[in-house]
Amino acid sequence: ESESEAKVDGETASDSESRAESAPLPVSADDTPEVLNRALSNLSSRWKNWWVRGILTLAMIAFFFIIIYLGPMVLMIIVMCVQIKCFHEIITIGYNVYHSYDLPWFRTLSWYFLLCVNYFFYGETVTDYFFTLVQREEPLRILSKYHRFISFTLYLIGFCMFVLSLVKKHYRLQFYMFGWTHVTLLIVVTQSHLVIHNLFEGMIWFIVPISCVICNDIMAYMFGFFFGRTPLIKLSPKKTWEGFIGGFFATVVFGLLLSYVMSGYRCFVCPVEYNNDTNSFTVDCEPSDLFRLQEYNIPGVIQSVIGWKTVRMYPFQIHSIALSTFASLIGPFGGFFASGFKRAFKIKDFANTIPGHGGIMDRFDCQYLMATFVNVYIASFIRGPNPSKLIQQFLTLRPDQQLHIFNTLRSHLIDKGMLTSATEDE
Amino acid sequence: CHLQHPHVAPVHALSSQFETDIDDRYGDLDSRTDSDISEIPASSDRTPEILKKALSGLSSRWKNWWIRGILTLTMISLFFLIIYMGSFMLMLLVLGIQVKCFHEIITIGYRVYHSYDLPWFRTLSWYFLLCVNYFFYGETVADYFATFVQREEQLQFLIRYHRFISFALYLAGFCMFVLSLVKKHYRLQFYMFAWTHVTLLITVTQSHLVIQNLFEGMIWFLVPISSVICNDITAYLFGFFFGRTPLIKLSPKKTWEGFIGGFFSTVVFGFIAAYVLSKYQYFVCPVEYRSDVNSFVTECEPSELFQLQTYSLPPFLKAVLRQERVSLYPFQIHSIALSTFASLIGPFGGFFASGFKRAFKIKDFANTIPGHGGIMDRFDCQYLMATFVHVYITSFIRGPNPSKVLQQLLVLQPEQQLNIYKTLKTHLIEKGILQPALKV
Repeated sequence: ESESEAKVDGETASDSESRAESAPLPVSADDTPEVLNRALSNLSSRWKNWWVRGILTLAMIAFFFIIIYLGPMVLMIIVMCVQIKCFHEIITIGYNVYHSYDLPWFRTLSWYFLLCVNYFFYGETVTDYFFTLVQREEPLRILSKYHRFISFTLYLIGFCMFVLSLVKKHYRLQFYMFGWTHVTLLIVVTQSHLVIHNLFEGMIWFIVPISCVICNDIMAYMFGFFFGRTPLIKLSPKKTWEGFIGGFFATVVFGLLLSYVMSGYRCFVCPVEYNNDTNSFTVDCEPSDLFRLQEYNIPGVIQSVIGWKTVRMYPFQIHSIALSTFASLIGPFGGFFASGFKRAFKIKDFANTIPGHGGIMDRFDCQYLMATFVNVYIASFIRGPNPSKLIQQFLTLRPDQQLHIFNTLRSHLIDKGMLTSATEDE
Repeated sequence: CHLQHPHVAPVHALSSQFETDIDDRYGDLDSRTDSDISEIPASSDRTPEILKKALSGLSSRWKNWWIRGILTLTMISLFFLIIYMGSFMLMLLVLGIQVKCFHEIITIGYRVYHSYDLPWFRTLSWYFLLCVNYFFYGETVADYFATFVQREEQLQFLIRYHRFISFALYLAGFCMFVLSLVKKHYRLQFYMFAWTHVTLLITVTQSHLVIQNLFEGMIWFLVPISSVICNDITAYLFGFFFGRTPLIKLSPKKTWEGFIGGFFSTVVFGFIAAYVLSKYQYFVCPVEYRSDVNSFVTECEPSELFQLQTYSLPPFLKAVLRQERVSLYPFQIHSIALSTFASLIGPFGGFFASGFKRAFKIKDFANTIPGHGGIMDRFDCQYLMATFVHVYITSFIRGPNPSKVLQQLLVLQPEQQLNIYKTLKTHLIEKGILQPALKV
């Protein structure tokens, strides 16, 4: 998230601020579509940039809505594509930094490792969510039973190929690229996997965090633009405390409103399930307690301000406050990290994919921490382990272990009063 | 063990630029070939004085041979001693080794990048090590110490929100890193950040897998490690006596004769070691923590893997051995797989470490063990082995950990538990494991 300090004034960040605004912007490859160029040819370059950014922002948001409308399957594919593009961008930077584009084998190996890690993660997810489908098909069943072994073997092959490809004068470069690839995989693939997990929990867990981060971006920029005075951090000189705090409050309010609107619809609130009969994803369920309106007593101090005694809210809205707070307070650190990275390697943007904005990574750098946070939050506070996964694990145990667990569960349930000896026999 | 700040002259003479970005001075690090990079000077020699005096008569070649030999025997005896002392000491040893390996690799990073006095960085590296260890050990502790944990209130809280707490700790480190970025040192700081993370990925995850294997039964810890050590030693001996054809350009001293000879001897060794160890409950039983005695116990009914079974020999072996059948532990068949991996793929870990040392122009990882180098030099082949054994166990030997499944079951909502209970009951009755008329 570094758009503000780089592109707004139509000047490069390192140039002095006193340059006349009519100076042309030195870009390497301008990807702006011709139609936009012509339409805006009259305006000065500063406003032209503003318009290009604005139009592209609206285009991306519209695109986001369309994909949501198209459903979970398309969303998953989009997440996957974004992941591949981010990986490609970061690896290309590595090549450029180390001038290692023609190292033997390396491009092949990087993509191979991406494939391996993706295979491992998607294999784990697929086994959980498509359980019945997998059990039916023999080849899939074997693949899923020995999944870890197969993934490990595939990774080992890549590792051995790397060792065999070490060339005498290029050892250091090759190790750098190996390390670079692995760190990139760690960042990009694990996070995109967590995003998919969140999505399966219910589309609201995907949409609300991402929207909060986007909202925080935009709001912090607006507040900074109109009220900004005190610089926030030396790393990103255009960020201001006013923008930061204003963005925080605006995002929390936005999150509350958005969750209120979305909690009403089943298609956002229900976990995504794969229906075997119709062979597609369905979102149909009885909404859980989180998504049912409840009455809350307003604490005394706010009561006097608003004049209401109680308020009806979805419990999810309270969680959305936590999510928005994280998006506003910690999310920007992801942006500072990316800014530092760009300064360290003296690059302006990660790539030139989106005109006016830079690469895909530039748009998604704040999102990564968010995805992990939401996943950890869900796992810790919302739900426990996945019941279907537990059943599946149970079925792979030995009979004596199964019996032992069954008896322990039984005594536990009887202790809790959920089960009585009478209800045992039906 | 602190290394002195190396006194190395900068390679590029940036005489014309007065105020240069420090990152530029290390532009040579990104250069295309390795040739212009100066060698990192080796630190001092740590051979103990007594050894030096005893061997002062011999020529330096034999002296080295003797030092290596004595230290090898010392390490093996230490290994046996710790096995005797039990699983808890083994866990501590693994933890100690992990911390030392981390320290060695990070120190190399400092020396490569001359970043010893970067603000905060030493603190942050150790902090990340602590975080990741906390995360992994928390996950293990929750599984294996379930009964102990249920008793203490504090621990319950820590376990329930374990992931959240670990993530919060990690985030704190991440934010500190971002706040510690200093203007002229960005690139160095990012390099060290990445170096730390890759090191953590290698050392901490693998040591965690070693501990998991250990809990499965000490034999799953001993046989793989011994196979790798045996492969090292026998490949060296075969290479010494019969070596002729070089194996790989990366390690010019390795030969095909050593490789193949080492492979066969390791398989035989693993076979025999598995036979010997399978008899004792001490090695074969999963390690459990008993809350009554407040210690680890290894007592159980050995599983089928560790019970002698008779196998009919295939015809060609029958003719060779002149026996119809043979009594083996099934585990010995698995040991063949483990030894094969140790001999064929384990060396790639060694080549990787050799390549790494050549890339950064260091002779050894450190000078901790006289004659051998650092701890990492000894353990470089072991890392792939630990992961392999873990994956092997989860894929072929047992399914998921039963106590973990139980623990997760107990955390669910009561309605979910009831549903699962009904599903399980139906399943068990179908399989005939549970009698339908069972009342109590």
